[in-house]
Amino acid sequence: MNPTPSIMSPPSSTGRFGEFGGRFVPETLVPACQELESAFTEAWADPIFRAELDSILKEYAGRPSILTECHQLGARLGLRLLLKREDLNHTGSHKINNVLGQTLLAKRMGKKRIVAETGAGQHGVASATAAALMGLECKVYMGAVDVERQALNVFRMKLLGAEVEAVHSGSRTLKDAVNEAMRDWVATVESTHYCLGSVMGPHPYPWMVREFHRVIGREAFEQCLERIGDVPDVVVACVGGGSNALGIFSGFVDSRARLIGVEPAGGAAVGRGQPGVVHGMRSYLMQDEYGQVSEAHSVSAGLDYPGVGPEHSYLASIGRAEYPTVTDAEVIEAFQLMARTEGIIPALECAHAVAWIAREAPGMQGQTILMNLSGRGDKDVGQMMGILG
Amino acid sequence: MTPGLDRLETRLRASRAAGRKLLVPYLTGGLPGWTDGVRAAAANGADVIEIGLPFSDPVMDGPVIQEASQRALDAGATPVSILEEARSLDVEVPLVVMCYYNTIHHPGHRRFASMLTSAGICGAIVPDLPLEESGPWCAAADSAGLSTIMLAAPTAPDERLPLVCARARGFVYSVGLLGVTGERTSLAATATALARRLKAVTDVPVIVGVGVSNAEQAVEACQVADGVVQGASVVRRFMADGADGVGDYVAEVRQALDSHR
Ligand SMILES: Cc1ncc(COP(=O)(O)O)c(C=O)c1O
Repeated sequence: MNPTPSIMSPPSSTGRFGEFGGRFVPETLVPACQELESAFTEAWADPIFRAELDSILKEYAGRPSILTECHQLGARLGLRLLLKREDLNHTGSHKINNVLGQTLLAKRMGKKRIVAETGAGQHGVASATAAALMGLECKVYMGAVDVERQALNVFRMKLLGAEVEAVHSGSRTLKDAVNEAMRDWVATVESTHYCLGSVMGPHPYPWMVREFHRVIGREAFEQCLERIGDVPDVVVACVGGGSNALGIFSGFVDSRARLIGVEPAGGAAVGRGQPGVVHGMRSYLMQDEYGQVSEAHSVSAGLDYPGVGPEHSYLASIGRAEYPTVTDAEVIEAFQLMARTEGIIPALECAHAVAWIAREAPGMQGQTILMNLSGRGDKDVGQMMGILG
Repeated sequence: MTPGLDRLETRLRASRAAGRKLLVPYLTGGLPGWTDGVRAAAANGADVIEIGLPFSDPVMDGPVIQEASQRALDAGATPVSILEEARSLDVEVPLVVMCYYNTIHHPGHRRFASMLTSAGICGAIVPDLPLEESGPWCAAADSAGLSTIMLAAPTAPDERLPLVCARARGFVYSVGLLGVTGERTSLAATATALARRLKAVTDVPVIVGVGVSNAEQAVEACQVADGVVQGASVVRRFMADGADGVGDYVAEVRQALDSHR
């Protein structure tokens, strides 16, 4: 008897998850996407590549990340709360998992330079870090609004030897940084790898980035079995493009656990969008009646994005995962709540997950909740000083 | 229309056979006064005019066309309002649109195709719709009698070019360089190199666009290609000098192309 295939299988040959995904890029980039697809397929099947990546993840990024139980906050909310501590990885977020995978692959492909987009700056910092480690040239595009609200990360990237370019077009946030990175790649594709920071973009990125983040779910699954002897009732993560969420979901997608991806109210692609095509993929997208992409508005630079990775659209369409929203005000509360009750300052992105748990706790009494703490909040302290006065 | 015979292509082949190099000015629709710009281009020697439908996220466009798109959107332009104005254009020259795929995807392929035909548009260029993803749109365009102008890029391996050309209607848009639209000080070597590779595999008219920035570069590209698109150079002049700027410039390129026959 054949085992039932996982809900999280590789996409179709055209990069589809159900009716989402694909490769909607200018002709210029098609050969590069094809080359990347075959290079990744080959590397991912190569035990030597896998061993090399595992060893960098361990010796350099500090994996495995630990699982922390929040006793105080859990008791207060009437549930059991476990945190997957991606904030403790080198560079302070889950982003490093994907970046180490992609830069190792870029070197294998003979690329000399990477470009990246960044919102909160965590993917930019991770890219600058990996580029320094592996001797690659690195340029990071960042919306001008984000350059301002994430100034600390801008300085970190420069310290690490990366060039940071502020993007002044459109909403001057993550969406526009992706546009500019793609424009760079169209011009430099022969020497440059585009190190995309989430489970989005043209095939093979949504699949490849998910695979590089599977390590989160694999570890968390084992750690849950060891700690609670079972899978959790609910798995929660914030969703910008959706990489940290798919990473942790991957460990539980075929289990009975509820999967929750929390979007900001001002950037709710699944919640408020319709299927559309931008940045190389067909997915839920916030857009107007003519298909112009809407500007997202979120206190969190990393989630300030009107689209979402195509596999999330698929998981939503089949009802396997839910995508609720929280408001900026709820997030600002939750940010402080976690700091005061647990001594952990979460990134504003994953404070969205905290906010959802705090709000929905009355309906989850006695349940076990696993939350992906995707990053640490140091980068947000300056912005919060302004907000809290 | 006779099946298998593309109206736009038939017309362009006839001009080519008469020894004329094809000139395709581009103008962003929805800029205040843009229809006068189209009329000026038509009156001064354009063979096809490309009307840009502004999009919020134009990834194939450089600063000039980005700015024009933003200005048009800020002025309240929509695909519907632009096509409405296009319908009232009384020019003889065939009109095609340049639009990003979401502009088509959002209303739906068949509905968008009928929006174009009822505005008197005869074709579409969709820069973020590569060959592999083009099936549903091409089917709708074919049955509406619209020409889908496919783009061919310098990065394409040899075996890809005939596939792109086989799907192209009207003409093949030969992308002149690695990069986005915008003026450059000289014509990239890739421009003539790709046009030459395309000419070797197709009889469909080959027109070079992206980075053909003035009359001199147009002449250079046309030593190999059947024609050129003039994008940022036209849009910049329109934003600075209005329709007269477009008319003068198109006349200048026309004359340069004609005198090098
Ligand atoms: C800490 C952290 N979490 C989450 C995100 C959002 O990305 P994704 O949805 O791909 O996990 C970011 C992005 O900047 C981030 O820095």
